[in-house]
Amino acid sequence: MNAVRKQRLILVLLLLLGVGAAVTLMLFALQENINHYFSPAQMESGEAPTGQRVRGGGLVVPGSVERDTESLQVSFRISDGAGEVTVLYDGILPDLFVEGSGIVATGMLNKEGVFTASEVLAKHDENYMPPEVQKAIDDAHPGYSSPSYSSPALQTSARELEVQQLESLNNGG
Amino acid sequence: MMKWTFFHKLGSPKWFYDISGKWLPWLQITSLLSLVVALIWGLAFTPPDYLQGNSYRIIFIHVPASFLAQAIYMMMATAAAVLLIWRIKLADMALKVMAPIGASFCILSLATGAIWGQPTWGTWWVWDARLTSMLILLFLYIGIIALRGAIQTSEVAAKACAILSLVGVVNIPIIKYSVNWWNTLHQGATLKLTEKPSMAPEMLWPLLLSILGFYLFFTLVMFLRLRVEILSREKKTRWVKALVGE
Repeated sequence: MNAVRKQRLILVLLLLLGVGAAVTLMLFALQENINHYFSPAQMESGEAPTGQRVRGGGLVVPGSVERDTESLQVSFRISDGAGEVTVLYDGILPDLFVEGSGIVATGMLNKEGVFTASEVLAKHDENYMPPEVQKAIDDAHPGYSSPSYSSPALQTSARELEVQQLESLNNGG
Repeated sequence: MMKWTFFHKLGSPKWFYDISGKWLPWLQITSLLSLVVALIWGLAFTPPDYLQGNSYRIIFIHVPASFLAQAIYMMMATAAAVLLIWRIKLADMALKVMAPIGASFCILSLATGAIWGQPTWGTWWVWDARLTSMLILLFLYIGIIALRGAIQTSEVAAKACAILSLVGVVNIPIIKYSVNWWNTLHQGATLKLTEKPSMAPEMLWPLLLSILGFYLFFTLVMFLRLRVEILSREKKTRWVKALVGE
């Protein structure tokens, strides 16, 4: 490589390095704004502002969903393994709203730590499998979606089990 | 000391025109075959998802389109670096013809994502890190196309487009890792480089075949466009005149 080209190569690398550094610093500075929602742990610790519109997200704690028989009012708890927050919502829940799966709610957090949602979106995970496979996993680990369990630690381990199960299926298939 | 002559031979428009002509029929057959098989397999024969039912089937278009939108940008950035360092004309031609293809895949990715988001998440669009960074990618593509159109002198346009392509490449890792670095509504990656994919094998195979088909189709379209670009830019050379029989 001749001297001129080497110089141009260094210039190109410097350009990439400079832009990369600038963008990295910018993203670090904006970290909080880029996060789409607050986790239950952040809401419990007071990191999330109260009395203004924010988004909160977590996994719906199985067995915590209570529906009002007269109206569309529903309450449930969301967890991320480190904290739990009660969510109140008056409206139609998305089809994918299932106990144990993720949601992102927009609404307001009050001082008592209760989240009143005006919109609830379902967040699905990156695992895809046929219904029979899911049924096989449920049969093998019946505790996963039954209402009896509520501990976040158990929830995490059940998820891990599910992923492991899927991986072993992939290995076998 | 390494010899760089092979590199310049690779960058010769005539050499590329001859080679790509031989590749075209193969690319046509393989891309058509893999796309047709993958899409029929994925849309009609794979089992539905346990949670999303049939709506997940859009993954067979959404994921390959998103992969291509990012891969084409990486290729453009590479072409930009080659152009800036070695001043190879073919790199600029490639940069020019790839931009609209990349933009098309990016639009396809955003559109299928919105169509998928409506029944599963409950919304067409959210401003989370993944969706926003993908929209920025589309704006980068449009910016590069517009910049070339705005500058009259072709050498200046080539340099400006190359620099913009290079600068924009920082967005690619942001798109890729956005779902890991921040809380997003978009789920994490299903296909991972270091781990097993979190997808049942009977769904994974048509997806991989579809990705392959999209890559082959892109290569075909890129070659066709690049060949036209070569002919139009080299029209004064002897070999092009001989080719068209003047």
